[in-house]
Amino acid sequence: MSETKPKVKAPKVNHETKAFWEATAEGKLMVGKCNECGEYHYYPRSLCPFCFSDKTELAQTAGKGKIYSFSVTSHPKSPYTIAYITLAEGPTILSNIVESDFDKLAIGQDVEVVFYDTGEGNAVPMFKTV
Amino acid sequence: MSIRGKAYIAGIYEHPTRLALGKTLPQLHAELAKGALEDAGLTKDDVDAYYCAGDAPGMGGVDMVEYMGLNVRQIDSTETGGSSYVLHVNHAAQAIAAGHCKVALITLAGRPAADAKEKVAFRPGGDPPPAIGFESPYRPTIVNMYAMCAQRHMYEYGTTSEQLAWIKVAASHHAQHNEHALRREVVTVEDVVNSPIIASPLHRYDCCVITDGGGAVVVVAPEIMKNLKRPAVKVLGAGEAPKHLMGGKVDLTYSGARWSGPKAFEEAGVSHADIKYASIYDSFTITVLETIEDLGFCEKGEGGKFVSDGNLISGTGKLPFNTDGGGLCNNHPGNRGGMTKVLEAVRQVRGEAHPKVQVPNCDIALAHGTGGLLGARMGSATCILGNEDA
Repeated sequence: MSETKPKVKAPKVNHETKAFWEATAEGKLMVGKCNECGEYHYYPRSLCPFCFSDKTELAQTAGKGKIYSFSVTSHPKSPYTIAYITLAEGPTILSNIVESDFDKLAIGQDVEVVFYDTGEGNAVPMFKTV
Repeated sequence: MSIRGKAYIAGIYEHPTRLALGKTLPQLHAELAKGALEDAGLTKDDVDAYYCAGDAPGMGGVDMVEYMGLNVRQIDSTETGGSSYVLHVNHAAQAIAAGHCKVALITLAGRPAADAKEKVAFRPGGDPPPAIGFESPYRPTIVNMYAMCAQRHMYEYGTTSEQLAWIKVAASHHAQHNEHALRREVVTVEDVVNSPIIASPLHRYDCCVITDGGGAVVVVAPEIMKNLKRPAVKVLGAGEAPKHLMGGKVDLTYSGARWSGPKAFEEAGVSHADIKYASIYDSFTITVLETIEDLGFCEKGEGGKFVSDGNLISGTGKLPFNTDGGGLCNNHPGNRGGMTKVLEAVRQVRGEAHPKVQVPNCDIALAHGTGGLLGARMGSATCILGNEDA
């Protein structure tokens, strides 16, 4: 079982998240980084959720991680997989697993990012097993 | 300041409907308020504080006190999803202890089933939550966001689908005695694990029901309680805590009960062995399992063993839970199960649960709510209740 054509739903974008979504159009997966405490965070915010500093910026990730947890939602025609992925940089992020055999998914498996164009000037980062 | 013994639950009411066609949302709230006040032996003119959550229409408390014609001096519309009403008991007890009010009314109502049948359009709220852009593209549902918790719990602790199934089995044993329960059939572990997968690893029978209706509670000061005829149910202690994704340091194996539980036990001055009955929010079987661990009824990771072999069934198990059939079988009005958790805990302490499921000498009971999503952000609330001697 796998999903051949993932359903791509455009994100809601606001002033605070605009830069994150613009980067996706260039195939970059960003996370928040605090220049005060040095911690990465997700979702990216203007104030660091760990030390409340406003010296935050977006940092590009390598787009690689491991499955923290997942669930395959049943559907007669198009089952899909939601997952939390722990990125190599540290943060665990919500995403979908695509282009993978859903019957063979396991926690701890290596995954890498793949971008799906929304047609609205950005792309949704998802992950496939490697 | 402790709330121990400073407030009592004097009245409760659960709406008998499970499908509220032809009734409006404010009407349901008012019917529930009337029922709980009648149970207490009070009238709406006695009410001086009103509590409601996000299920109430319009501006919440302000619109509802107008609709019901209440003349109150305090409203609280703290919204933590389905756990709100457990937390409202706590807040009402605090307000009474501080002398701000004497008779606090709490209501919950919903009509998701009727809305679906009547094709009532979704009522949009205010500004969307900040995480929405980073979550909605991935099609999170309530089920798959709880399912990921189950998947991770299984991975870390070896919990099995059969162990989770025992939670539904226990609820079904209780629901058979509840004439209002949506599902009264007794199910087996096999029935649960053979029911269709909705979002792996959760099956249909791991999920709660969707119902209309609601419930109401009246919390009063000791001087009011002593003039009423109903059995006194004392608020002994309370705790509450939100839990979230912590900036990406995600851990799906525990809930906010890890913090709300110890606070409630400390304030009540009781131990786990003193709890004769527990109402535990059961949106899904995994919600119960993680909560039981977090409240400290067993070690973290041992929940699967703890709930197995009927240990939650009244009369045979060590921790009788959700003797009304819970959200899994009986009622989950408005997709918010915290209210019915308080109601059944009150019935148990009063000795008014169904005779087949009433816990003998139930002097101390616990009610716990989990609102929001176990797999993302939630509001947890714990409340410990006791009889006059507790």
